[in-house]
Amino acid sequence: MSKVIALMGDQAAAEAMRQIEPDVLAAYPITPQTEIVMTFAQFVADGLVQTEMIPVESEHSAMSACVGAAASGARTMTATSANGLALMWEIVYIAASTRLPIVMPVVNRALSAPINIHCDHSDSMGARDSGWLQIYCENNQEVYENIIMAVKIAEHKDILLPVMVCQDGFITSHAVEGVKVYNDKQVKDFIGEYKIRHSLLDVDNPVTYGPLDLQDYYFEHKRQQSEAIKNSLKAIPEVFAEFKKHFGVEYDFIETYRLDDADVAMVALSSTAGTTKVVVNELRAQGKKAGLLKPRFFRPFPKEKIVQALSGLKAVAILDRSESFSNQGGPLFTEIRSALFDESKKPLTVNYIYGLGGRDINTEQIKSVFVDLEKIVKEKRVIESINYLGVRG
Amino acid sequence: MVNIKELSEKIPERLGPGHRLCAGCGASIAVRQVLMGTEDPLVVVCATGCLEVATTIYPYTAWKIPFMHNAFENAASTISGIETAYRALKKKGKIKKEIKFIAFGGDGGTYDIGLQALSGALERGHNFVYVCYTNEAYMNTGVQRSGATPKGASTTTAPAGKVIPGKVQFRKDLTAIVAAHRIPYVAQGTISHWNDLVTKAQKAFNVEGPAFINVLAMCHRGWRYPQEDTIKIAKLAVETGYWPLIEVEEGIWRFTHKPKERKPVKEFLKTQGRFKHLFTEQNKPILAEIQKEIDDNWTRLERLCEATGRTT
Repeated sequence: MSKVIALMGDQAAAEAMRQIEPDVLAAYPITPQTEIVMTFAQFVADGLVQTEMIPVESEHSAMSACVGAAASGARTMTATSANGLALMWEIVYIAASTRLPIVMPVVNRALSAPINIHCDHSDSMGARDSGWLQIYCENNQEVYENIIMAVKIAEHKDILLPVMVCQDGFITSHAVEGVKVYNDKQVKDFIGEYKIRHSLLDVDNPVTYGPLDLQDYYFEHKRQQSEAIKNSLKAIPEVFAEFKKHFGVEYDFIETYRLDDADVAMVALSSTAGTTKVVVNELRAQGKKAGLLKPRFFRPFPKEKIVQALSGLKAVAILDRSESFSNQGGPLFTEIRSALFDESKKPLTVNYIYGLGGRDINTEQIKSVFVDLEKIVKEKRVIESINYLGVRG
Repeated sequence: MVNIKELSEKIPERLGPGHRLCAGCGASIAVRQVLMGTEDPLVVVCATGCLEVATTIYPYTAWKIPFMHNAFENAASTISGIETAYRALKKKGKIKKEIKFIAFGGDGGTYDIGLQALSGALERGHNFVYVCYTNEAYMNTGVQRSGATPKGASTTTAPAGKVIPGKVQFRKDLTAIVAAHRIPYVAQGTISHWNDLVTKAQKAFNVEGPAFINVLAMCHRGWRYPQEDTIKIAKLAVETGYWPLIEVEEGIWRFTHKPKERKPVKEFLKTQGRFKHLFTEQNKPILAEIQKEIDDNWTRLERLCEATGRTT
């Protein structure tokens, strides 16, 4: 029923896309997303998929074409990174506000300037208020499975929102790992058919998409959009349950690692969570009660799960692979600290901004954060809330 | 050639009454004439602009056929997605009907901000018609200059002042730029010559692949003339050679209508407040420059027709 094959993260994404076989894929090349589109284009050229591919002249047009295709009832995908996501910004908002279930792998890369092709989360974190759902992947297996799940989540009748599936540029996108791949029929059975309620191509029942919406209705439409995000917190677990039924694999909004009896913990997204697990194991071997929280979803923000997982701890270090220039720490830190604020029992929290522009994060640096946490617990206070890890000066 | 009585009986009105475009607006006339070009079901995409905001104020819509507005610069890429979805779903047997696709953009959304998206869609060869309704400025936002604004016109961002006499540059030749993509059909028309325009729309809808029509669609607010003069001014644009009625079919350039004798462009310019300041002693040389440019363009078009046309 399944087989393990060696795939780069980008290839794992492309493999999921081959099995999903969207009706339309509109994409523009940008490092480090290119391998996804190149691999998929070969599937199209070899007749392995029936997908119609639109090789657009820019990311802005990629998302624009996706909006048109999705409103026409086509299952629609694209993929991008960094400046590409920035260029499609305007239409990223329109896709979400028009409630179109587009799925977009985002291979995280630093935003210019200075120009840099390597990993950080400044691209997708900037889009956190666009109304898209966001899933962050630790490894290539998660890339593969999350993309398959994303289709079902986006198209869920109580959600109808586009989904970004984020992975770390080069760190996972260009690293080969064994990926357990299910057979095509299993994937197709799981995702089912996409049935749009109001298609532009239903010429007998014409609809107007994208009207001018002024003071008398705009606010209600925005309110409905935030309701859809809220609803997704209830609807996504249905998709987790179905995924488990089909593939026997359990997913949740967050993953906790040796957290139950921990005193201190780190919170990290994507591949850094994997590196942290190694450190947690070492510390546990030394008898230290260390743990990890890996949010899989940043949108919807799984507040209750995160609060429940962290409120009993003594101190928590939250790692951000992007800078928000707010002097209040990175986006993951500010949101988690805010989520904990009303709790009577809550840990001391500290922020570390790391890995910008693909700067390596290693186990020694992560260990140093746990040393800091021990000190915070001992002194019962945080001296410096916002810290930078692995940077000169 | 077409007969307007037959057309109006045969083809249902797709843009209904009750929209909020100005009385005497050239855009709605252009749209209704162009949509007479096919009886097939249509899906319409519209760039941000007067046409879009005035026909779709939520919860109302004047469109009796499927319509999408996405953003300002992406009508061509949006319709690329729709047309591709159609092919994908048709291939799978999920759609049976023959449907045609048309995008409308103003000159701001086509000459300027949407040019890249248009070029990409033309190069990719999507099967759609793109109509630029050219009113020669950003009228929806209040008459700002665009790449289609003619030399000498006064707009709010290139106003006629004490030192600068309105727009100093000539407009770009979008029709020629589109023709350089070597798509099956390219044309230029206007609303006073409805028979010519409907015939061009028919040809545009009937070719396989992209087709483009640049329609001069005057705006009395921006051009500053009485609203009842719209068609009269469109006629003058043709009669002076300001807006030549041409088409490019499979690379062959052709005049579809040629005035017996071209009137001086002054006859066109003097009808509009936007050119008022040109009629002074000081600005006389600008009028001469405009006339020369129109003459040169006419000669260039005649040569193109000669060079690409069949000799038999």
